[in-house]
Amino acid sequence: MDKALRTVVCRCEDVTLEEIRACINRGVTDLETLKRLLRVSMGRCQGKTCLSIVIRELSLATGRPISEILPTTYRPPTVGIPLGDLAKGEVLKDED
Amino acid sequence: MKTKYDIVIIGGGISGASIAYNLAKKGVKNIAVLEKSYQGSGATTRCGAGIRQQWGTEMNCALARFSCNYYENAVEALDYYGDIEFKQGGYLMLASSDAELELFKKNVKLQNSLGIKSSYINLDEAKEIVPFLNTEGLTGATYYEKDGHLNPFTTLDAFVRAGVRLGVDYITHTEVLAIEVKRHKIKSVLTNKGTILTDTVVNAAGGYSSEVGQMAGIDIPTYSERHEILVTTPVNPLLKPMVMSFSKNIYTQQVPHGSIIMGRTGKNEPRDHNNNSSWSFLEEMAKTATELLPPLKKIRVVRSWAGQYNLTPDKQPIYGKVNDLDGYFLAVGFSGHGFMFAPATGAILSEIILNEKPSLNVAALSLERFKKHQLVIEPSVV
Repeated sequence: MDKALRTVVCRCEDVTLEEIRACINRGVTDLETLKRLLRVSMGRCQGKTCLSIVIRELSLATGRPISEILPTTYRPPTVGIPLGDLAKGEVLKDED
Repeated sequence: MKTKYDIVIIGGGISGASIAYNLAKKGVKNIAVLEKSYQGSGATTRCGAGIRQQWGTEMNCALARFSCNYYENAVEALDYYGDIEFKQGGYLMLASSDAELELFKKNVKLQNSLGIKSSYINLDEAKEIVPFLNTEGLTGATYYEKDGHLNPFTTLDAFVRAGVRLGVDYITHTEVLAIEVKRHKIKSVLTNKGTILTDTVVNAAGGYSSEVGQMAGIDIPTYSERHEILVTTPVNPLLKPMVMSFSKNIYTQQVPHGSIIMGRTGKNEPRDHNNNSSWSFLEEMAKTATELLPPLKKIRVVRSWAGQYNLTPDKQPIYGKVNDLDGYFLAVGFSGHGFMFAPATGAILSEIILNEKPSLNVAALSLERFKKHQLVIEPSVV
């Protein structure tokens, strides 16, 4: 697809609005399954930026109110931590 | 959901989906798969999704070999629109004592006798496969290039969609509450969405196999235990095979997406249905992984999660009929390997249910084996 026409919803996993709508059109109306098939909201922000847009798309397509579509689970750790820091049991200062 | 089905499969994970698809392919029309939450919410979408043929019992080798062969052509066979991401990067199994190495050599002999061309390799050869492998404390390794890893989400979706196209009702968010049995026959299945009349039930309930057994008065010696996994941010290709060590308690693999997944068995895990993550897992997993594979130190963990192994006393699945209850079939107790055995599970269960000759002789995996005390125990499980 022409990159200029792409509407990126999930920036971590590079998932576009078109891909989300195509997946919903294939019958995937469960947020949990949509997430896993497209990897939307599975990147390093875990959906902090895109999940609400995905939920809105699902609501528009299915007619279910947004309040009934529960967000997916945020999993630990909340922010990415290098394996080396975890192994030491402490986060290094000024890392990178 | 209809009020009557010829066959009701309890559990919408990969085992249930594969059984349903195989039955539908053989012409069975009225099949329901009941899943209490979302598609594959039990263990399938939580699993490591590796597939290896390097096992220590004849049955596990045979089930894995059958399934690996199937997965090689699964996209075409299931006519799936997407990609199941089958990466055959091999499994590198590391031994860290002489005793473990002896066991591995014995396993390789068994595998070779069953047509699995695995081999024993020394540590220099292991370093050719993973150049940055820290071989300190290791004694040797085995390797088989045909082993690999799949995307569990799309692989399950492929089975579900193929079944649905053939008429299977795959019903999510529907929980089985009870099974009505009269005079050694199944009468109905009670769910939170209503009652289904049926005379045939397949227990493919994964972590809840024992509970679904109790609903029909069947004692199944399975129990569930939490296993945790983590995944890193995607990085450039670095790690070709799945690296696995039982003694160091680790399996780790870079998936085509670029992220690296890794898991281990927790210490003193109670027998329950806990799916929560723990901090100690992150720390212990990171220690083992960075010691064995030092370049992993800089890579960030994005997320960790947990699922349940459903274990049997001999770490092999339970397949087939049960005595004293007509129409009740088992596909349970995969002991952490239900995903990799799913193609075999579907083929074998559909054949047993339809009274056909099974593709593999799984008589040794019946429920009855636990009463006879003649167990062949799988020694190689992480």
